Amino acid sequence: MLVLGLAGRAAATDVNDWDSVVAEAKGQTVYFNAWGGSENINAYIRWAGEEMKARYGVTVVHVKLDDTAKAIATVLAEKSAGQNEGGSVDLVWINGENFAAMKREGLLYGPDWATKLPNWRYVDRENMPTVLKDFTIPTDGLESPWGGAKLVFFYDSARTEASELPRSAADLLKWAGAHPGRFSYPQPPDFTGSSFLKQVLIELTADKARLQRPADDATFEAAVAPLIAYLDRLTPLLWRKGKAYPQNYPDMKQKLADGELDIIFAFNPAEASSAIANGELPDTVRSFVFPGGTLGNTHFVAIPYNAQAKAGALLLADFLLSPEAQLRKQDPKIWGDPTVLSLAKLAAADRDAFARLDLGVATLAPEALGPMLDEPHPDWMTRIETEWIRRYGAAN
Amino acid sequence: MGLQTESPGPVPFGMPLRRLLSGNALLVVILGLPVLAGVAGAILPAFGYLPALGGRDLTLVHLVELARQPHVLRSALTGLAAGLITTFAALAIVGTFVAGFAGTWAFTRIQHLVSPLLAVPHAAAAFALAFLVAPSGFLLRLASPELTGFTRPPDWLVPNDPYALSMIAGLISKEVPFLFLVALAALPQLAVARAARLTAALGYGRVLGFGVSLWPALYRQIRLPVFAVLAYSVSVVDVAIIIGPQLPPTLPVRIAQWAAYPDLDARFLASAGALVQLATVLAAMAIWNVAERFGRIALARLTSSGRRLAEDGALRVAAALLMTGCAVTIFAGLGLLSLWSAAGLWPFPDALPESLTTRTWLRTLPQLRVPLGTTIALALSAALLALLVAILLLYRNGGRKNGAGYRLLYLPLLVPEISFVFGLQILLFSAGVSPAFASVLAVHFLFVLPYVLLSLSAPWRELDPRFERIAAGLGKSPLEILFKVRLPLLFRACLTALAVGFSVSVSLYLPTLLVGSGRLTTITTEAVALASGGDRRVIGVHALVQSLLPFLAFLVASLGPQLLFRNRRAMRT
Repeated sequence: MLVLGLAGRAAATDVNDWDSVVAEAKGQTVYFNAWGGSENINAYIRWAGEEMKARYGVTVVHVKLDDTAKAIATVLAEKSAGQNEGGSVDLVWINGENFAAMKREGLLYGPDWATKLPNWRYVDRENMPTVLKDFTIPTDGLESPWGGAKLVFFYDSARTEASELPRSAADLLKWAGAHPGRFSYPQPPDFTGSSFLKQVLIELTADKARLQRPADDATFEAAVAPLIAYLDRLTPLLWRKGKAYPQNYPDMKQKLADGELDIIFAFNPAEASSAIANGELPDTVRSFVFPGGTLGNTHFVAIPYNAQAKAGALLLADFLLSPEAQLRKQDPKIWGDPTVLSLAKLAAADRDAFARLDLGVATLAPEALGPMLDEPHPDWMTRIETEWIRRYGAAN
Repeated sequence: MGLQTESPGPVPFGMPLRRLLSGNALLVVILGLPVLAGVAGAILPAFGYLPALGGRDLTLVHLVELARQPHVLRSALTGLAAGLITTFAALAIVGTFVAGFAGTWAFTRIQHLVSPLLAVPHAAAAFALAFLVAPSGFLLRLASPELTGFTRPPDWLVPNDPYALSMIAGLISKEVPFLFLVALAALPQLAVARAARLTAALGYGRVLGFGVSLWPALYRQIRLPVFAVLAYSVSVVDVAIIIGPQLPPTLPVRIAQWAAYPDLDARFLASAGALVQLATVLAAMAIWNVAERFGRIALARLTSSGRRLAEDGALRVAAALLMTGCAVTIFAGLGLLSLWSAAGLWPFPDALPESLTTRTWLRTLPQLRVPLGTTIALALSAALLALLVAILLLYRNGGRKNGAGYRLLYLPLLVPEISFVFGLQILLFSAGVSPAFASVLAVHFLFVLPYVLLSLSAPWRELDPRFERIAAGLGKSPLEILFKVRLPLLFRACLTALAVGFSVSVSLYLPTLLVGSGRLTTITTEAVALASGGDRRVIGVHALVQSLLPFLAFLVASLGPQLLFRNRRAMRT
């Protein structure tokens, strides 16, 4: 910041002087690039925009993406054309591979702004290491946490007995043998589908620490051999015998409702409850997790290096982190996305409000969600997706 | 035809305008340049040139990498075969139907049934088909469990079958109305009734009678649209994602996936794929060309063989059934989409939802106001602009088949959209153009113009030249002839071209999203973003609204001439 100031950039946004950020943001328009595939989430972002307008005079435009990579493509095209200022993306909803790619290519605004936000002090960085390490990549304050995610399975208790449910990936394979055609996962590289592959990989890998480092050519094949053996046995037992796959999580949700699938999974523990509330799933749907733990991570917002409305973007990122916005986000009637804040750090009134939230009939209580498995290094995901397509990418 | 271009132009005020218009070549360059730049922006990275990612050296490694991608050949060939089969089947259905029924009562009836289909966006039609035929779809729900015994959906591989059969069915049902409309615009230029009387007198059945007398002339007029159908079906992305094969997907879908891949290096791979896709489209056209030759020879043989095919009732009925089938399938599917848009919980095998609710509509409609305004403004401006330019180009070039000139403008139809638009995006940013209505409009215009030209050029060329000769003989200037004779006579064709341009603009997704940097939301960008979320209720709402816009445009195109020329019977068709 100091360097920028000395360089004569009087207008440069200074996150350490929050009052100046608020003043500068007034009147700005923030183009928030975020996946637009869920009506609940879109409505939540709309609410945040209205609040930003009323409180700070900042206009928020939700640019609805079907894939976050599109926003990266835009920033990339701007960089390649030498447009290093006045870019068209101000804030982007991001994590994992997308963050790793933007950080590597130098497409992010920095240095560290996220930990300078006023509401950062509430963030649960003690118990939630994933707010600082995004898929093992240090965030370095280049992105601000927005919500938590954890892999949770759903089933319809009207069709499936709770006692029959699998308790591990190995168990799931046995279950699929007994119920052929009733389980599947979204086709990689879909985010949820790839996450399932990672869940299996972690469970089948003895030395979990090696997954935290980049994969290397020499040992990759041996490292994924158990996963491949597992998939070779699972594939013929899948829905459509593995000759077609659901496209994404909402597609699986539809197929659970249609009775095509019996067990599905999502990255949001409250998904089933909110789908029941929306009439998309019957009210007999319930959740379960593997006692040995399931994959968990955090999703973030980041600012591209050439963003036009940096002050507005900072202000929005901070607002999204506020106890009020986080509380509303965790309400399953609104969205149901778990908070990244530490309840212990909140004021008593806010803490009570979180405790009073009715998480819904199909949502497990936070303490019943089981242990959290760390995301492997993004390198693994990329390689496993390639390997998956090579092996299972053509049906006969 | 040469009248308006080569006569010295005796009227004084014609001169400055003509000098202006002699910028025709310049116009072609101005319009062709962005297309070429888009193509270059798509192809250069295939050979490793993309400075933003440090690619400055020309190399073949990306093409080699593409060749190493698993099942890439199968992806390309599936798309190629699906495109060829789709085009052939759609042309056969439309050709047989037009031949068998042109000028009859049934023709008008089915024409009114099929024409509105053109308005239905491809994605909506694909969803409609999927909702109908999937194992958990409406048809099985109707029959289950009473007839089938199914209380759970069976594990059948439909749609998304690896042979792309469901995708071909979906594409045919959408391309039939397009080809039919184009043929319809060309028909008034043919002496249908006279030829039918003549061939009937010679003992021909209707189908073959039309085939030997008028088909070559009709096909010549719809040939470019047929190639557009071919290029489109070989390169289609949205329909392929919804009902196409998945293991592996067709090449265009894989290119779209690579282009959206978080690993930015995959852009080189996407560009290499785009190059191969371009070659695939060219190969499809070459194959089609050969097939045309065989078709010509076969028709000539058939003609000289003297066969009359007088008993062609079965063939005619089949063609009519297939035409109607396309319409019924899509309308039933749209009805189903409407039902889903208002459905509460709707489990299998219930034929109807447990409850109906207006919640989805009430929640969605208020948000559609702004995108709807943007969509209409964009589509209307792009279509009007394209119509003006098309008239200008055709006026200057007259009836001549000017190969090199504006053929360039057809390039956007041949290059896979995704890489062409990526190339354009780089160009626009390099020029310092920030995303706004104007730049998106410019790109829409590039995509819309070819379709408008396609649908206008044939009727333009085939207009009986004697009308204009008479007018010229009466001392009218070329411009007067244009405005008082030619354009009124081509009024219906102009309106149709406008409606085609309008619906093309409405359905554009990638150009709007990438060039507008997502700042301009249209009904289609909203619909596709939500379609990736897969909620049938929301898909239903958007697909219906998205279909309504072009439908209105075509309604105006078909009613306009009837209202305007109420008292002139011959001009109402």
